[in-house]
Amino acid sequence: MLGTFTLLLVYQLIGEVLVRSTGLPVPGPVVGMLLLFVTLAARGSAPTWLRDTCQGLLSHLSLLFVPAGVGVLVHFKRLGAEWLPISVALVASTVITIGVTALVMRALQK
Amino acid sequence: MSGKFSEIWVYLAASPLLGLTVTLLAYQGAFWIYRKANMNPLANPVAISVAALVALLWFTDTPYPVYFEGAQFVHFLLGPAVVALAVPLYANLEMLKKNLLPLGGALLAGSLIAPISAVGIGWALGASRETLLSLAPKSVTAPIAMGIAEKLGGLPSLTAVLVVSTGILGAVLARGTLNLLRIDDHAVRGFAVGVAAHGIGTARAFQVSETMGAFAGLAMGLSGLLTAFLFPLLLRLWGG
Repeated sequence: MLGTFTLLLVYQLIGEVLVRSTGLPVPGPVVGMLLLFVTLAARGSAPTWLRDTCQGLLSHLSLLFVPAGVGVLVHFKRLGAEWLPISVALVASTVITIGVTALVMRALQK
Repeated sequence: MSGKFSEIWVYLAASPLLGLTVTLLAYQGAFWIYRKANMNPLANPVAISVAALVALLWFTDTPYPVYFEGAQFVHFLLGPAVVALAVPLYANLEMLKKNLLPLGGALLAGSLIAPISAVGIGWALGASRETLLSLAPKSVTAPIAMGIAEKLGGLPSLTAVLVVSTGILGAVLARGTLNLLRIDDHAVRGFAVGVAAHGIGTARAFQVSETMGAFAGLAMGLSGLLTAFLFPLLLRLWGG
């Protein structure tokens, strides 16, 4: 577990450093993820210890956005003032995205 | 007695221990409710724990930054979690290679239509610029979406709230939408849910079938990655 955690932090750190030094407009952890992916592909397999711990961490992914979600406190005013565009945009765009993605994939499968 | 209590309260309120502990407790409690409700998407554990914590902070008159002193230790793990997404992505590499054209095409279409439709509708109905920028990355998994919102000049914490709402909506609305379009292939259903509703949609897909979950997970990782790179480009075209 400690090994996996260290590895993830090292990749994130490399990602952050690359983003800061090149001015890439992409979040540092995303670059870290890409680098880890490339490493695994080059290595030809993912070690079991890495797979197990990552699975553990990702199975609690939803816990990780609770602190930020509580930040809704700070946005009550904005949400109150803009509830209509926000809720219509969320519902409509979610349905549209599901529909378009599914239709395009089915069309290309044939 | 009450003097002693307020002394303890003053100590606890100033230490990160309390914020961290209540976050974990709220989540455990919410997850228990979610399981009791047979994993009904409406009993989403994130929504429940956020609501409970907001009520708690409200009643104890605790400012958000004080709570965040403790909660930041959980929040920090978002970064490593994004890096960890590389592992399931790699595990699905073979599946991706075999279906490169349908998956790539659907991924591109879905990742473009999600922000365009959300921002377009929000803009038409008069949402402010900051709200639109926070709304834009709402279909990708929270840690990536928040990173993008921060880069764009949106409000990461508002994005987090919108991402969670989108996930819940996607989990609830997917079945009806896909049935209406008469799509019954579990690979297609899973992939569509993963692109539109990230981790919450993926968790939901895994409860329906293994195939659906695997495709949803693949979609979540890929759309997060693509959106992170696509966004700065889109924004430049938009004239931001």
